[in-house]
Amino acid sequence: MGEHITTVSGSSFDETIKSATEPVLVDFWATWCGPCLRLAPILEEIATDKAGELQIAKLNVDESPDIARRFDVMSIPTLILFKDGLPVKRFVGLQGKRILLEGIAEFL
Amino acid sequence: MTAKRNVVIIGSGPAGLTAAVYTARANLEPVVLEGEPSSTSDQPGGQLMLTTEVENFPGFPEGIMGPDLMTRMRSQAERFGADIRTQKASRVDLTVHPFEIWVDGPDAPEPTFRADSVIVATGAQSLMLGLPNEARLLGFGVSTCATCDGFFFRDRDIAVIGGGDSAMEEAIFLTKFARTVRIIHRRDSLRASHIMAERAQANEKIRFIWNSTVSDVIGKTSVERLEVQNLQSGKTSTLEVTGLFVAIGHRPNTDLFKGQLDLGPDGYLRTQPGSSRTNIDGVFACGDVQDSIYRQAITAAGSGCMAAIDTERWLEAFHHTPTSH
Repeated sequence: MGEHITTVSGSSFDETIKSATEPVLVDFWATWCGPCLRLAPILEEIATDKAGELQIAKLNVDESPDIARRFDVMSIPTLILFKDGLPVKRFVGLQGKRILLEGIAEFL
Repeated sequence: MTAKRNVVIIGSGPAGLTAAVYTARANLEPVVLEGEPSSTSDQPGGQLMLTTEVENFPGFPEGIMGPDLMTRMRSQAERFGADIRTQKASRVDLTVHPFEIWVDGPDAPEPTFRADSVIVATGAQSLMLGLPNEARLLGFGVSTCATCDGFFFRDRDIAVIGGGDSAMEEAIFLTKFARTVRIIHRRDSLRASHIMAERAQANEKIRFIWNSTVSDVIGKTSVERLEVQNLQSGKTSTLEVTGLFVAIGHRPNTDLFKGQLDLGPDGYLRTQPGSSRTNIDGVFACGDVQDSIYRQAITAAGSGCMAAIDTERWLEAFHHTPTSH
């Protein structure tokens, strides 16, 4: 995993999205989800490109099903962008780098 | 700047990646346009990226996960030097030679690649019912990927629509999580293979709703219930489920080639019998985009090999024709 990507679960999730100074893109994923694995290198590229402007955090839905449920995640990969602790943008399904960058641009 | 290439392969499922392994080993330095991932169009790695266990690909007696198999094929192509790009072919011009291929912006004045040969391996994608609420609730109870989304339906009642092998596979997989799985099928018998149909019928969590289709998906922010229509009586009824998995078949991805490559009456690309040749010299097709009959990972891989060998021979003859340069 790239140095710019953190892993969150349970309590560290709330801590991370509340205390972050920049928006946090949370990747709801699991090891058994093919498209999620395909998304990982795309997120690493974005994390490197946007270091300092954006945090990326991975949340394993097997380990934290309660958080997935709290945000009505019913399909993975799902990416949710949190700004000031609140969800502001959501991507469902595997997306390319260009689509993701365009989608988050207005919040950075 | 337009780059000149021997061969551009469009698509990265078993057909495209097998063609890449063979053309790369033949030192043709192939470019593979694997597609730009998106939930509605491209699926790099192809349909196996959305499956679980593949039990019938020779060489894996214990079975292998679909995404694993595709990752291995991709690594194998890269090992021999295939240039794999995570980009979408947005436009092709096959009426000129070298062929012209645009990536990303289809309106750019110059193509991204000029290629002496093209291998089309764009595959097929899942058909949807085409209901407005189905599109609205995609990812919120409506799914095309049981392996990705089954987890979220633990102890729920859900439905699968379709009567083929992929519908049976999804339904059986989903019984690991769901309380009950209803299979809704428009006929009174299954199209699935005997082994898959038997497994589904023997599963006590699975019930069948025959001669029926889904006429509406109901729910505010996620699926709450379905309106199911019996196709014989025309009557509709309500089915209380919170998930709908759509597995009603596939359509070949031929839009990029409309008006240039010949299609059969079934909409699949037409290749000459016993070869991968299309109606255009130097353009070859393999995998599900040209196969309405077998549609297996192994037949796709086999036809990818055929396309690579056909391409290699065609390029050799082409470069030895005095008038070609």
